[in-house]
Amino acid sequence: MERNPMRRQLAVMRQSLFDQGYLDEQFVQLEELQDDANPNFVEEVVTLYYRDSARLILNVEQALERKPFDFNKLDGYMHQFKGSSSSIGAKKVKAESTLFREYCKSGNGEGCMRTFQQLKKEYATLRKKLEAYFQLARQAGPMETACHPK
Amino acid sequence: MNSNIGKGSMSTASSSAAWKAGDVVPDRFPAGLRVLVVDDDPTCLMILEKMLRTCLYEVTKCNRAETALSMLRENKNGFDIVISDVHMPDMDGFKLLEHIGLEMDLPVIMMSADDGKHVVMKGVTHGACDYLIKPVRIEALKNIWQHVVRKWKNEWKDFEQSGSVEEGDRQQKQSEDADYSSSANEGNWKSSKKRKDDEDETDERDDSSTLKKPRVVWSVELHQQFVAAVNQLGIDKAVPKKILELMNVPGLTRENVASHLQKYRLYLRRLSGVSQHQNSFMSHQEETFGPLSSLNGLDLQTLAATGQLPAESLATLQAAGLGRSTAKSGVPMALVDQRNIFSFENPKLRFGEGQQQHINGNNKQINLLHGIPMTMEPKQLVGLHHTAQSIGNVNMQVTSHGAQSGQNNSLLMQMGQPQSRGHILNDATVGHAPRLLSSMGQPILSNGIAANVSTRNRIPENIRAPGYNPVSQASSMLNFPMNHASELPGNILPLGSTPGMSSLTSKGTFQEDVNSEIKGSGGFMPSYDIFNDLNQHKPQSWELQNVSMTSDASQRSNSLQGNLDLTQSVLVQQGISSGQMNGQNRSAAVVSKAMCSAGDFSEQRNAQNVNQHFNTLLVDNTIRVKSEIVADVSPANLFPDHFGQEDLMSALLKQQEGIAPAENEFDFDGYSMDNIPE
Repeated sequence: MERNPMRRQLAVMRQSLFDQGYLDEQFVQLEELQDDANPNFVEEVVTLYYRDSARLILNVEQALERKPFDFNKLDGYMHQFKGSSSSIGAKKVKAESTLFREYCKSGNGEGCMRTFQQLKKEYATLRKKLEAYFQLARQAGPMETACHPK
Repeated sequence: MNSNIGKGSMSTASSSAAWKAGDVVPDRFPAGLRVLVVDDDPTCLMILEKMLRTCLYEVTKCNRAETALSMLRENKNGFDIVISDVHMPDMDGFKLLEHIGLEMDLPVIMMSADDGKHVVMKGVTHGACDYLIKPVRIEALKNIWQHVVRKWKNEWKDFEQSGSVEEGDRQQKQSEDADYSSSANEGNWKSSKKRKDDEDETDERDDSSTLKKPRVVWSVELHQQFVAAVNQLGIDKAVPKKILELMNVPGLTRENVASHLQKYRLYLRRLSGVSQHQNSFMSHQEETFGPLSSLNGLDLQTLAATGQLPAESLATLQAAGLGRSTAKSGVPMALVDQRNIFSFENPKLRFGEGQQQHINGNNKQINLLHGIPMTMEPKQLVGLHHTAQSIGNVNMQVTSHGAQSGQNNSLLMQMGQPQSRGHILNDATVGHAPRLLSSMGQPILSNGIAANVSTRNRIPENIRAPGYNPVSQASSMLNFPMNHASELPGNILPLGSTPGMSSLTSKGTFQEDVNSEIKGSGGFMPSYDIFNDLNQHKPQSWELQNVSMTSDASQRSNSLQGNLDLTQSVLVQQGISSGQMNGQNRSAAVVSKAMCSAGDFSEQRNAQNVNQHFNTLLVDNTIRVKSEIVADVSPANLFPDHFGQEDLMSALLKQQEGIAPAENEFDFDGYSMDNIPE
C-alpha cells in the first residue's frame, strides 16, 4: 500500500525524536490518549503548548531585560514553563528549564541568561521537528497504535 | 428481611465483618467519579482532562482557583474529589486545599512539577490526600478513587464509633456502609459524595489531613452550642471561624467546626429534601449519637434481663435491630441524633428535659433493659428500648420493676405481648432511628431510616419519640419514629407527643418500609401494623398497648387504626394509671393526625411538650434507634435519592388516612401533647 512507506517514514521520524532525546515517555502517554474521538489529540495539545509557552518565553525575555534580575519571578515563570514542557514530553526543553531554575536559585544571572538562550534554541528545534512530524502524520493517515521508544 | 430474625439477616447490606470497599462500591465504580481539576496551565489541564476522561471519570476543569472554589460552593455535592496544581497565579494551591478541606471536606490531590521534599511535606501538612509530580501519568490518575472510598470508609467508622459500636455493630455498620455506598453509587455519584460522604464523613480530616487530630465528639450540648452559633450568624453567613468564636469552646478547632458545619449543612439539606452527601452526614451523626446511644444498649439489656421480653421477641428485636442496624445502625443513629440535634434547637432541649423527667420513669425502664442480655448493639438497644418501652417493654418494665413510671406500666400492660413488642421494639427503635435520622436531613439516612423504620415499625414508640420533634422538619419520617420512640419509653404519650407528627408524611413512607420489613418477621406483622399505625397516627405506644390489651395480634396487625382506637379504649380499660396513656392516646391520635397532616411542625411542638418526658428516653432510644434504623436502611434508602423517603412518606400518608379516625378528630396544631398528663 502507498501508506506503508509513509507510515514507515513516520515511524522512523518518531523514533529518532526519542532517540535524540527530544521527546520522552510522556509523549507516548499523549499518543495513548489519542483515539477515534480525538484523532488529533497529540497535535492539538502540542499546538496549545506552543501557544501558551510562547507567552512564558516572552515574559522571561522581558524579565531578563530588567536589571537586577528578579530571580523569584524568573523562577516562577520557569516553573510553569517546565511544567507544561514536561507534560508534553519535551525532554531537552525540560532539562534546560531545570538548569535555568538552578541558576535562579543560586542567583546566577549569567548562568540564567546563557541557559535561557540554549532553552530557546531547543524549544525552536523541537517545534520545527514536531511540525514536520505532524504534517507527515496527517499525510500518512491515522496511526494505529503508539509504540514506546526503543 | 423481616423473616430473618437472625443476626445479620436483617441488614440489607452484605453482612461482613469488615468494611469492604467491594461492598460499597458498585461495579461501575470508579467510573463516573466526579473530579474537579484545577490548573492554570492550559496544556496540563487539557491533558489531565483527557486522561481522567479515559479513566471514565466525570471531569470538570478549571483554570482558576477562585472559580473552582465557587463551583464547589455552589454545588456542594457535585464533586467527589479535587485535583489541584500547587502554583497558581490567583491563589496558592495550598490555600485552596485548606478552603476545600474546611468547607467541603473533599479529598484533594495536589500536583506540581516541583518534587522538592518541602513542597510535598507542605501538601501533607495542609491535608492533601495525595501529591502527584508532574508530568502526571494516567496510571497515577487511575487510582485516585481510592481516596474517595477511603474517606467514606473512615466516615463510616467514625459514625460507628460514636455510637459506642460494638463489634457486632461495626459489622452491621460496615455492611450498612456497603449498602449505603452502593446505593449511593447506584443512585448517583452525587449522593455518594460527601462526603460524603461523607458520605461522608467523621474522620473528616483523617483522609485529607495527615495530622491526626483527636476526634471531637459532638455531644448534644456542643452541638446545641454550634447550632446556636450558626443560627445567630445566619446559616448562610456562618463560617467556621465565626462559629468557633461564638461557641468559645476551648480545644475546639476551626477544622472541627468546619467539618461539623459541612455535615450540618448536609443535614439541613436533607431536611429540605435535598440529598446530601451521606458521608458527611454519617460522620456527623456519629458524633451526636455518641452520648445517646449508651442508653439504648442498656434498655435492651434491661428488658431482656427482666425477662419481660420473651427470648423470642428479644431475639427478634435484636435481629431487627442488628439486622437492620447492622449496616445502618451507624447511620440511623447519626441521623436520629442529628435529627434531634440539628433539626431543632428544641428537640435538643427536649431531650434534656425529657430525659430528666423521664429518667425517673425511664430509668426504670432502662433498668429493665440492663438485665437483659441483649446482643443487640447499643444502638439497637436504644431503639429497642424505645420500642420496648413504648410497647412491650413498658410492660416488662412495669412488671419487673413494677415501679416504672405508671406510664410504663400501662404500656407494659398493654403490651401484653412482649413478643410482638420485642419485635416492635426492635423495629420501632430501629425504624425510628433511621427515620428520625433521615429527617434530619441526611438524605441517605432518611431513606435508610425510613427503611429502618419500617422494620422498626414494630416499635412505634420510637417513632413517636416526642423528643424528636425537630425532625419533623425535613423528613417527617424521621420525626415520626422519633416521636414514637420517645413517647413510648416514658409514656404512652410518645404517640401523641411525637413530634413525629410532622414526620407524618415521612411516616407514610416509613410505614411502607416498615411494612415491608416487618413482613418478613411474621410475628412482627402485628407490630408492624401497630408501628405503622402508631407512627402515623398514633403514638406507637398506643398500638402496643392496644395490642397487648387486646392480646390480639391480629388486631394489631390488622390496622393501626383499629389499634389506635383500641389502644385508647384498651388503655382506659386497662386502667392505665398514667394519665399519659390517655393523654398519649390522645396525643397519639393527635399525633397520628398530625402525622397525617404530613409533618406538621406544630405537632412537633405538641409532641415536644410530651416529648419532654420522652425526650430523655427518646433521645436515647432514638439515637439508638437511629443508628439501628439506619443500618436497616437499605442502600437505596440511604442514598439521597429521596425515593426512599418519598415512598415511605406516601406509604405513611396512605396509612395515616387509613388509620383511626381519631386522629382526624384531633387538630394537629392543637396536637395537644400538653394535654397529656405527663
